[in-house]
Amino acid sequence: MMPYAFDLKNVTKHFGSVNALNGVSLHSEENKVFALLGPNGAGKTTIVRILSTLLEPSSGTALVHGLDVQKQPKEVRKIIGLAGQYAAVDEFQTGFENILMVGLLYGLKRSEARKRTEQLIERLDLADAANRPVRTYSGGMRRRLDLGASLVGQPKILFLDEPTTGLDPASRQGMWQIVHELIDQGTSILLTTQYLEEADELADSIAVVNEGKVIAKGTSNQLKSRLGNDMIEFKLNRLDDLAKAKEAVSSIAKSPADFNKDTLVMRVPVNNGSKDLMKLVERLNQARLDVEELSLHRPSLDDVFLALTGNVTHTDTPIKVNHKGVG
Amino acid sequence: MGWLRLLRDTWVMTLRNLRRYVRLPQLLFFSSVQPIMFLLLFNYVFGGALGSSVRIPGIKYIDFLLPGILVQMVMFGGVQTGIGLADDMGKGIIDRFRSLPMTRVAVVAGRTFADALRNLVVIGIMIAVGYLLGFRFNSAVDALGMVLMALLFGYALSWVFAFIGMIAKDSETAQLASFVFIFPLTFASGVFVPIQTMPSWLQVFVRNQPVTFIADAARALALGINEHGAIWKTIIWVVGLLIVFVPLAMWQYKRRAS
Ligand SMILES: Nc1ncnc2c1ncn2[C@@H]1O[C@H](COP(=O)(O)OP(=O)(O)O)[C@@H](O)[C@H]1O
Ligand SMILES: [Mg+2]
Repeated sequence: MMPYAFDLKNVTKHFGSVNALNGVSLHSEENKVFALLGPNGAGKTTIVRILSTLLEPSSGTALVHGLDVQKQPKEVRKIIGLAGQYAAVDEFQTGFENILMVGLLYGLKRSEARKRTEQLIERLDLADAANRPVRTYSGGMRRRLDLGASLVGQPKILFLDEPTTGLDPASRQGMWQIVHELIDQGTSILLTTQYLEEADELADSIAVVNEGKVIAKGTSNQLKSRLGNDMIEFKLNRLDDLAKAKEAVSSIAKSPADFNKDTLVMRVPVNNGSKDLMKLVERLNQARLDVEELSLHRPSLDDVFLALTGNVTHTDTPIKVNHKGVG
Repeated sequence: MGWLRLLRDTWVMTLRNLRRYVRLPQLLFFSSVQPIMFLLLFNYVFGGALGSSVRIPGIKYIDFLLPGILVQMVMFGGVQTGIGLADDMGKGIIDRFRSLPMTRVAVVAGRTFADALRNLVVIGIMIAVGYLLGFRFNSAVDALGMVLMALLFGYALSWVFAFIGMIAKDSETAQLASFVFIFPLTFASGVFVPIQTMPSWLQVFVRNQPVTFIADAARALALGINEHGAIWKTIIWVVGLLIVFVPLAMWQYKRRAS
């Protein structure tokens, strides 16, 4: 049996009287992307630091590819790459020197370290700045360089702690692009984020953490369907169509549809958004009923978080509620 | 891990730290301009007043001063070790190092080696300037002996300050804490003036603190004076400091970095 990429068993971590982690159990398959989603102070960084051998858990066990981080930290370090929450790069060294140094410290031969450094510089779009000291780099460039340093050892598992926090939208898109490429190559990734959108975009599985506990886990879709409130919306052309419309949705609606006489918008709660949408389109066609603005609304991860914690996440930027529409 | 890996990692870290000296202007200043300034100031400002009180017959003040001031400069060099490590500990880079399959001791050892190399350059500059001011070694062997001793003493101190630097919560505190040690030790010593000129209560301290006999030993070697006692005491101090502070610094490194 393949070992899990990482496996946390009932891990706790106390800093004095602060309980940063209160019994966290999580694991992820190889070559999958796992996202830890949670607000500031949730315990995300603590989890990453335990898995990357920087912190010992107070109790419980943490395995990386079957290796115990407390008993075999040296073995663990050979197979991990870490891009921490704050770019761990040397200001006075050039970008090239930074990655090369890390390559050499992974124990690579000099020629191999050089080759990989050159490739990464190219791939991370740092070629123009490769020979400049890092203190001249922008935030986005530092992040990319840091990622480069974490990749030079060709790790089996990559830890990305809030890889896009503080980046402008363009840099964030660039970072996502790079992560997508890594995913395509089949690297196991554990990433943490405060952005629901980011977890949705990148991760195969998501664990929502809050106050040192996992409060939900599953795929993005599973988390959303825990709320169960997929909603189909459409607008009638005329009030006269109402009877026909009610007839058409009757067998699909999970509970009575809601209709607004002023806007002519009908909202139909359904169980299975995409399937029910197809059915509804069929019914509407059969009834020869023209509607406008047909769309499917699934709850966003924001809604999930709100429902799970009763709190809005404490991100420093306003969260864009991004309902995905179909139609 | 093996010795080879230890040496290689240490060398990688040494180079990394040396780049810092070459690329940060203020560090370049402290490594080159400051020592020269000290030498010139002490030679011309104090030299006139003190020269006559240097009781060893036939010895110029610069001959008295240079070996002592070299000892002071390698002590300042040691402070840099602590400051650099305190700086690293406060930044994300230390997490990077700790998450790598590298030899742990290389982070601190690489720092101390870089500072030893830097000290070697500083010593070279100061001897060159000293020669312009009229300083002369007794013999090449003695010269080598003095340089080696100053280097080794500076190296041992680097580990002391590595320990202090990693206890301090940031580089400013490290600097402050280090200079609290450095100033009394260098000025209340035989580095700048003969001990006989000091009040007798102070002489008790001065005669028994390491900087004095390390300066004495450096001076003895430079000028070819027979002072085996001071040289042996120096060697014992260097070895003793390393035995105590290498483990302490490594222990603090592991503690601090978790
Ligand atoms: N070294 C530490 N000492 C004391 N408390 C800490 C330390 N590191 C983290 N904490 C606390 O642990 C909790 C979780 O922190 P962290 O894992 O950094 O959260 P996140 O990364 O999700 O923002 C927070 O309450 C934080 O203040
Ligand atoms: Mg964090």
